[in-house]
Amino acid sequence: MTEMVYGTVVPQPNEAILPRWWRTVDKPTIVAILLLFAIGLLLGFAASPPLAERTGKDPFFYVERQALYGCVAFTLMFVLSMQPPETARRFALTLLALALLGLLALPVVGTNLGKGAVRWLALPGMTLQPVEFVKPGMLVFSAWLIAASYDPKGPPGKLASFAVTLLVVGLLALQPDFGQASLVLAGWLVLFYLSGASIVPLVLVLGLAAAGGVLAYGMSDHFAGRIDGYFAAEVDPRSQIGYATDAIRSGGFFGAGLGEGSVKWTLPDAHTDFIIAVAAEEYGFFAVSVILGLFAFIVARSLLRLRAERDIFIRLAGAGLVLMFGAQAFINMGVAVRLLPTKGMTLPFISNGGSSLVASGIAMGLVLAFTRTRPRGDIEDIFQRRQARR
Amino acid sequence: MTAIHPHGPTRVPLRPLARILHARATGENPDRIEADNIAQRREQMRDTLRRKSARRLTLVAALSVAGFLLIGQRMWAIANEPLAEPTGPATVVAASGRADILDRNGTVLAMNMPTQSLFADPLAMTDPEGAADDLVRIFPDLDRDALLRLFASDSHFEWVRPHLSAEQRQAVHDTGQTGLGFGTREMRFYPNGPVAAHLLGGTRVDLKSADAAEIFGTAGVELEFHNWLSDPANAGRPLVTTLDLRLQAIVEEVLEGGVALTGSIGAAAVLMHAPTGEVLALASLPDYDPNDRPVPVRDPKLAGTDPTFNRAVQGVYELGSTFKIFTVAQALDLNLVEPDTMINTRGPMTVAGARISDFHDYGPALTVSNVIVKSSNVGTARIAGLIGPERQKAFLESLGLLSQSPLEMPEARTARPSAPSWGPVESATISYGHGISTTPLHLAAAYAAIANGGHRVTPTLIAGQRHEPGPQVLRPEVAAAATEMLRQVVDHGTARNAGVPGYNIGGKTGTAEKPGVGGYDEDANIATFASIFPTEAPEYVLVVSMDEGSLFVNGATERTAGWVAAPVAGEILRRIAPLLGLRPSIAGADASGVDRP
Repeated sequence: MTEMVYGTVVPQPNEAILPRWWRTVDKPTIVAILLLFAIGLLLGFAASPPLAERTGKDPFFYVERQALYGCVAFTLMFVLSMQPPETARRFALTLLALALLGLLALPVVGTNLGKGAVRWLALPGMTLQPVEFVKPGMLVFSAWLIAASYDPKGPPGKLASFAVTLLVVGLLALQPDFGQASLVLAGWLVLFYLSGASIVPLVLVLGLAAAGGVLAYGMSDHFAGRIDGYFAAEVDPRSQIGYATDAIRSGGFFGAGLGEGSVKWTLPDAHTDFIIAVAAEEYGFFAVSVILGLFAFIVARSLLRLRAERDIFIRLAGAGLVLMFGAQAFINMGVAVRLLPTKGMTLPFISNGGSSLVASGIAMGLVLAFTRTRPRGDIEDIFQRRQARR
Repeated sequence: MTAIHPHGPTRVPLRPLARILHARATGENPDRIEADNIAQRREQMRDTLRRKSARRLTLVAALSVAGFLLIGQRMWAIANEPLAEPTGPATVVAASGRADILDRNGTVLAMNMPTQSLFADPLAMTDPEGAADDLVRIFPDLDRDALLRLFASDSHFEWVRPHLSAEQRQAVHDTGQTGLGFGTREMRFYPNGPVAAHLLGGTRVDLKSADAAEIFGTAGVELEFHNWLSDPANAGRPLVTTLDLRLQAIVEEVLEGGVALTGSIGAAAVLMHAPTGEVLALASLPDYDPNDRPVPVRDPKLAGTDPTFNRAVQGVYELGSTFKIFTVAQALDLNLVEPDTMINTRGPMTVAGARISDFHDYGPALTVSNVIVKSSNVGTARIAGLIGPERQKAFLESLGLLSQSPLEMPEARTARPSAPSWGPVESATISYGHGISTTPLHLAAAYAAIANGGHRVTPTLIAGQRHEPGPQVLRPEVAAAATEMLRQVVDHGTARNAGVPGYNIGGKTGTAEKPGVGGYDEDANIATFASIFPTEAPEYVLVVSMDEGSLFVNGATERTAGWVAAPVAGEILRRIAPLLGLRPSIAGADASGVDRP
């Protein structure tokens, strides 16, 4: 039997991997990602010299390192995007297993990098946040199980994936890393919703999560402090948020000018969590709107491409990964404009930092692998629409 | 086979018996049919799911874009906000618009004036040395080295000057130096300079940030009513005092002249409206300019020369013979004597071993009236002997002379009248104002009780209050008799120098030697004159007190109040009487109303 399906890429005999990849991959998204990385490097020139000065490195040490990590990340991304969905899935599951091991090892070999919680694995030459790799891994894993549950003889994948998700959430909450824990939980909920399942259990779980949040507020000073800071009417002008707001304000619409910004000197996390404030100060609102537009474009385009995907797993995994990518960007920038409470979250492809860059590269490599042009399922919709018109 | 099922999902039994039987009959494998069934159902389900899923994906994609748009909107809003000062002291918006202080006629005593502050942003300076040079040129009182130290600091915000005039601001602006900034603010301004300085007190500015400075009262009414003045709920409503700026200015001017003429080291005056206790003028010399209030001298030994020291309210002095009228008034009130009762004034008199004598020998006896007119210590002490210490103390207490004054000034609470003990000797000396120390304000309030027909007076500075007459401490006819005695003092007694043609003035002089080393100092007197006018319908009380004044008259140095304080009071009265609406009665004015030239 031949697959004669609308949208199928006509197989060409003996076609090499690269040309076939190039024909089917989502090229505009690749362009958008590369643009984001380029902007990130450009901002790194502005944002990282103060850090280099503090650590006694060459002014552009961190930019060079970022470019180096960029090579690694993009190699990973391109190689992953060339893989068939099964291989991509296996890769992601392996990654998940390793990341979970890393997460478990944190109490033993972790470091807190002088910040609040022990979240980093110190590897020779770099520090890694295992949770950065747990998130995409969990998404692919949950997508796989949920998709399997729709098979008439399939396993009870929804329940199983939820159980595993809860375990991981618990593990993260013990760190404590409530932000990432809620992101993992939210990821599962989004997959569940996108799979087309009933809304009722979703509402239940959301209610439970809210109760958990209230509990965490009562029991963790760290968490409560963040939330209180968010609800405080006045911004303390000497807090990170205060400086970031000032930076955005002084940038105005066209920016203070290249290298003219001052926020990078006062904000300890200017090159990572608050890089958008540096962008806003030096390049102004219009540069920020370009970044926002690129993120919105990547997320929306991938989601819309996945609408026609016939395979449930691919649809769920692709949508989950790209939404996680978007959520990360949204949270990072939302914090800087005081839309959200303070949460240390990097801006994918833009923030300086190897771990984040490699994780983003892997996530987007998987997304690109899942959004490649494939047999599409929407021919039926087209037929029905024609019939209705007639 | 294709995956198209245009009829939608219909539930096909997994093992349709008929088909299986048919398959068996035709020799087909029934498992294949079952597998085919499963595959069909999977396809169907996948397609319904996919459609549902596609709708949800579209929704999520729209939500994602909306999320990024929301961030964009927030960025737009923040970028659009006016540029606030990014660093520097935390910006706390100070309560601006501190209320004005007015006198009883609505004349401004204290107001706010917009001004500019100058601050430096050392990190933004390109030429600190040049900036320091320029600033020293504009403000010669600035120290160049101090400025350079300031400009070398590693900060974004350093104060240079709290207030600039418009011209100074322009001059700084014209230097074109970077890293210098201006903030708008308000300053407290006293348009009348040193007039009523002690009453108003002063303010200090608490620099908060470039655009916010809080004004705090440091003394006087500014301190007493600080909360009221800075309360936004009263914004726009001025604080109206009972002061009359015209009277205050006259009192200060004449007092200053008197100080210069008599070589006094200081002086105080209180003008009070007797029925209400409202203070119309309150002066103390030396004074100061509240726009630039000096730092108070902490050393009590130097308090006499401290310009911020309010003698009228804070200064506790022995006020001498001015107290005699209280003794006589009480004796009259108790029906112990009549104004023409003869009193033995043969001196010196001995009370419990202490000798009391008079300034002059007034002969063997005087009427009660003449004891006051001639100011006989012996006569007064004899009358006090009739009253007794307990009743004397209670009476002085009822006049408010022994407790802290209720005047609305923080300084008034620091002064407590002193009368260490109250035996027979003290009773005798206190009867003529020695061994008891009060402030000129206390004395004015006590005289006001005589002037208003015998009601106790509560001195006040705040206008617009309802004034109920205080408790009766003297019978009205006794108050009138005492007033008449005081008139005779000015008419032909010790205070003739206080007389003003055309006006009936009553008053009593008091000269007390200041406590010096090992007793009293003969050459250092407090000369006080307390007066009531007009005596035909007493309404005002004026107390003038001169510290260490002397006058060379007729070949002799006079230190008594009759020469040092009375003429000053007379001159004040002569000038303020027309302003108070008092009409002089010119002797011989005929019915046509045309006064004799």
